Amino acid sequence: MDGITGKALVLACSAIGAGLAMIAGIGPGVGQGIAAGYGASAVGRNPGAKGDIMSTMLLGQAVAETTGLYGLAIAFILLFANPLIGKL
Amino acid sequence: MRAGFLLAASGDVDFMIHGLFKYRLFGQEFWITTTHVSILVVMLVLFVFALAANRTMHHAQEVPGFFQNIVEMIVEMLDDMVEKSMGSYAKKYRNYIGSIFIFIFVSNISGLFGLRPPTADYGVTLPLGIITFCIIQYNNVKYNKFGAFTDLFKPIPILFPINLIGEIAVPFSLSLRLFGNVLSGTVMMSLIYSLLSKFAVGWPGFLHIYFDLFSGAIQTYVFCMLTMVFTSQKMPQES
Repeated sequence: MDGITGKALVLACSAIGAGLAMIAGIGPGVGQGIAAGYGASAVGRNPGAKGDIMSTMLLGQAVAETTGLYGLAIAFILLFANPLIGKL
Repeated sequence: MRAGFLLAASGDVDFMIHGLFKYRLFGQEFWITTTHVSILVVMLVLFVFALAANRTMHHAQEVPGFFQNIVEMIVEMLDDMVEKSMGSYAKKYRNYIGSIFIFIFVSNISGLFGLRPPTADYGVTLPLGIITFCIIQYNNVKYNKFGAFTDLFKPIPILFPINLIGEIAVPFSLSLRLFGNVLSGTVMMSLIYSLLSKFAVGWPGFLHIYFDLFSGAIQTYVFCMLTMVFTSQKMPQES
């Protein structure tokens, strides 16, 4: 473990942290899938209301996506605008 | 040969904002960045399109020509969208919603033309979110009067901090959603182009269609839709 500088350690841990932050992608995936599934079954039951169902589904999916994007933002901050390096 | 040679980035993976020109104002350093340039290009395109559309509609014909048809289609689509979700309040807001729809859409698909999309800069999306926030709160105070404040204490007073955070988080979630989606598309495309430099010929077009066109259109729609939904929530419901 000799020869590892503090900066290298911070960079390595930031990379791991960015990877861990993207685990947040699981939630939106499940949520959007559920919304799309119910949207499909709603269109099957009432094909006339396809336009309304589509727009409602897209809106719900976009809101569900937000948590994933928070994870993405944290991953980007860790990778490209790392605030921890400055603390060394 | 090194393992993973094919996937080694040849140069720097480049999708960051670059400063082009520095100037000082009131003792502060300011930068003209690539975002400014691409926003200027977008504005010029929209300006020329608006001038052309204005000219065409001044000499509008009974049987619309090609360009007049397109302009009428765009206006009708935007009007329909606003009317559907705002009802009788649509008249006041179709100008604003139409403008930001066209601006965000053209910004999002500007990645197709080699620009760095302006919406992939948080400095562009946050002001859009803040404008939405101002509209929401203006309507809240206008229609609910003092209720705008007392609503924060419903259903029980102890929920006040959570309600307050819920109101303040709106511009941030709106702007982060647009920013994150466009930025992730930009990053993916530049990763593909720089990592597979020799093999990325032609076929990334499919990815462009997904990341720039599809994702951009959906996010534009969602931003405008959420703006309208949040705004009309604060207005008295028509019976």
